[in-house]
Amino acid sequence: MSVVTNTTTIGAIEAPSRRNTELALLAFAVAIPVFAYLNVGLAIDGKVPPGMAGYGLGLGLLAGVAHLVVRKWAPYADPLLLPLATLLNGMGLVLIWRLDQSPRIIARYKTFSPDAPNQMLYSAIGIAMFVGVLLLLKDHRVLQRYTYISMAAALVLLLLPLVPGLGADVFGAKIWINVGGFSIQPGEFAKLVLAVFFSGYLMVKRDALALASRRFMGLYLPRGRDLGPILTIWAISLMILVFENDLGTSLLFFGMFVIMLYVATERTSWVVMGLLMSTAGAVVVGSTASHVKSRVAAWLDPFECLKTAPEGSNMAAACDQMSQVLMSFGSGGILGTGIGQGNSDLIGFAANSDFIFATVGEELGLTGVMVFLLFYGLIIERGVRTALAARDPFGKLLAMGLSGAFALQVFVVAGGVMGLIPLTGMTMPFLAYGGSSVIANWALIGVLIRISDTARRPAPSPAPNPDAEMTQVVRP
Amino acid sequence: MNKPLRRVAIFCGLLIFALLVRDNWLQYVRADELNAHPKNKRVTIERYASERGNIIVDGKPITGSIDSKDNFYKFKRTYVDGPMWAPVTGYASQAFDASQIEKIEDGILTGNDDRLFFDRTLAMFTGEKKKGGDVVTTLSGAAQRAAYKGLGSKTGAVVAIEPSTGKILALASTPSYDPASFAGYHNADAQAWQSLEKDKNKPKLNRALREIYPPGSVFKVVTAAAALENGAVKDIDAATDTPEGWKIPLSRVPMKNQHGGCANASLNEALRVSCNSVFAKLGDDVGRDKMVEMAEKFGFNEEQFTPVRAVASVYDKKADRGGNALSSIGQFNTATTPLQMAMVTAAIANDGKLMQPYMIDKLVAPNLDVIQQNEPKELSRPVSPENAQLLQRMMENVVENGTGGKADLNMDGVKVGGKTGTAQHGEKNAKRPYAWFISYAKTDQGSPVAVAVIVEDAGGTDREDISGGGLAAPIAKAVMKAVVKSKS
Repeated sequence: MSVVTNTTTIGAIEAPSRRNTELALLAFAVAIPVFAYLNVGLAIDGKVPPGMAGYGLGLGLLAGVAHLVVRKWAPYADPLLLPLATLLNGMGLVLIWRLDQSPRIIARYKTFSPDAPNQMLYSAIGIAMFVGVLLLLKDHRVLQRYTYISMAAALVLLLLPLVPGLGADVFGAKIWINVGGFSIQPGEFAKLVLAVFFSGYLMVKRDALALASRRFMGLYLPRGRDLGPILTIWAISLMILVFENDLGTSLLFFGMFVIMLYVATERTSWVVMGLLMSTAGAVVVGSTASHVKSRVAAWLDPFECLKTAPEGSNMAAACDQMSQVLMSFGSGGILGTGIGQGNSDLIGFAANSDFIFATVGEELGLTGVMVFLLFYGLIIERGVRTALAARDPFGKLLAMGLSGAFALQVFVVAGGVMGLIPLTGMTMPFLAYGGSSVIANWALIGVLIRISDTARRPAPSPAPNPDAEMTQVVRP
Repeated sequence: MNKPLRRVAIFCGLLIFALLVRDNWLQYVRADELNAHPKNKRVTIERYASERGNIIVDGKPITGSIDSKDNFYKFKRTYVDGPMWAPVTGYASQAFDASQIEKIEDGILTGNDDRLFFDRTLAMFTGEKKKGGDVVTTLSGAAQRAAYKGLGSKTGAVVAIEPSTGKILALASTPSYDPASFAGYHNADAQAWQSLEKDKNKPKLNRALREIYPPGSVFKVVTAAAALENGAVKDIDAATDTPEGWKIPLSRVPMKNQHGGCANASLNEALRVSCNSVFAKLGDDVGRDKMVEMAEKFGFNEEQFTPVRAVASVYDKKADRGGNALSSIGQFNTATTPLQMAMVTAAIANDGKLMQPYMIDKLVAPNLDVIQQNEPKELSRPVSPENAQLLQRMMENVVENGTGGKADLNMDGVKVGGKTGTAQHGEKNAKRPYAWFISYAKTDQGSPVAVAVIVEDAGGTDREDISGGGLAAPIAKAVMKAVVKSKS
């Protein structure tokens, strides 16, 4: 195709689609986990693990399908997002499989069943979800139509775990529901749906929120009717916190909302207000909920609180877990013990979900952790870039909301596991064991890819200018 | 909307940056601290992950490892004759850490020592299982058995040294414990540990290295050495100027003797019958500073490392004249480990040359390469060869004609020198006294063995019957006999 399509001065220069770059990166994204898998097998049993070919082919096939769908239905999408997600998901599978092999974990649970096959299934569903998003959502702007439906859906999803008989209380946090033998974490999906609602609402109300405000103590306060939904969301996030014992999710939602509000209105006062409100909320909850209290104690000094906490108490368990995690990181050192050769299974419960990052820390070391953090950073960066490039405010807000939520989640989980902030019990996107998380995050990547495809797609060629014909110079 | 977007992007970047900084702090700055944390099971897991190397005596291991079929600690330590060898090996317990050689040479025994790096790498390629190296000790099984058997049910300790090299031949302490009884980490192990901790006889105490006792009369050989070296006595058979009832300086109390005939006794005679007055006066004549100097040349006032640490024996550096006089007969603040008295004896038997005592001969890699060979080291020369021979003559006199008769080996060509001691201790000397005996055997080729024996409490023996010559000398004799026999 020629570069200049007509004689008007506005040239539609076609952006390179970068699909081949994506394919090359995907090859690495599949090869690296396959080698890691081989490495675990050799380290643990001294032989090539069974199902090596199956695992490699499976991951390769999933990545291939995803790539073909992107090539066909989102040809201008960002080339980095899919390989990064594939790599993280693949490494997550290897790490979960590695923990499955731990005789200590097998011995601890009487009815042990390996988690890796399930996670493989969830990954497949996740990629199906990704494909579904790309096939069904031809233009992300369609989502604007569902602004208020999204709000309702998000509320339902968030409150489902509180429904008696449906919700399941697992280790103190009521964030799961049981449906037909599967446990689902609706909060993970609520993240996506809420982002859609926020984008739609803020796109409509941004001017009202930004301009129709009174000045109060140097801050611009919006009118009550504009503020209503915002306060509602704040109240709901607190409710989740109180009733579902889920500090992480409420922090995530509120943070995502503040970020989107700030981007939509360009007013710093929202950030200040958001910080004040979340601080107030955190103080209230931190001083009342015992669940949160023990986590704070475990964060301040896990080794010390291990001595002071009463034996068998919730706090002792939290402190033990945290000190195990820290020692896991410590013994990894700079290069790590080598995948399959660490003792991160000493963490015990949730070693493959909430604390999977500790296994990265121990077995891949400082180097590995930094690589993983940079991968996450890259996904976030590509998301923000998509937001910058998006041409419509809805797409901008949605891309920013999703990547902001992703960034917050990575920070809250990794920061919690590494003892930077109190632990909140969320999962590392793609890496940790958990169906809801993997599926929802694949959907998130799907939406980001759809927006980036729209953003990077070359402008349609202008209709041929009828005047151009008329003013032709006829050579003598 | 792009300006706030860029700012949020920077914020997200800062979040990731904070995580990176935290990670560096955790895994680089604090890594060693976290790794060495007592709560960190990884050290122990690693210690027992592969078959541990052995501690070797006379070419045979006195330790072993069994597969404990456990998820945490794969191998468990076993011991051959645990109680007998415990003062040498220490213990290696999955729940209670390790001690002594098991701890000091942990790197070699586990195979994690840097010096075994090449072996490990090679084993990785040849596909061999990782295995620890061995620690070959200088001990003699025969001497150790004689010492342990000799002590029997009594509370006490024996140290035997080869004077010419400083090699430790026997290191026994009773009552002892079986390190195998708490090698694991289960309930039975915890109970065994607890009962050992609570036992008032302190079976876990290594009396040979870690306990200091008043030496009593056996210290007189040090005073005799100081008197000879400093010229206070020139002729060991000449009468000394010591009245019966010599008064302790700065007090009106006369120095009591257990035995008659101490008035103006010669040094030789005074050692034979163990005259307190003569040695107290000699110590006073030599003076505190010279006494301290002599004691320190023998190794007092300093910890010894064999490489297992032995506590420092004490000769009071700040005693007044009276205190110094009492110290010279091994009372007052003087206190010594059995190892220290064995060193004194060995230095005399070795013609005045004190060798550094050691009990690890060499460290051997799993492929039998010698990683480290320990050579005898001279520690000091407390007395001249001439004076050492005079001291030997006097100590032999003690065995031939004096209180040490029970130590005589009665073997042709073997001379035995010794000194008894009955050390009083406790408030007003009310506690049962300690019975000491130090001795050496000597042949034409020099001295093969020097022994120090202490019997803390011989249950059942009448107080009056407690004496170095009666209780401790036979043990020393048995140990010397075992060594001499094994050499011939």
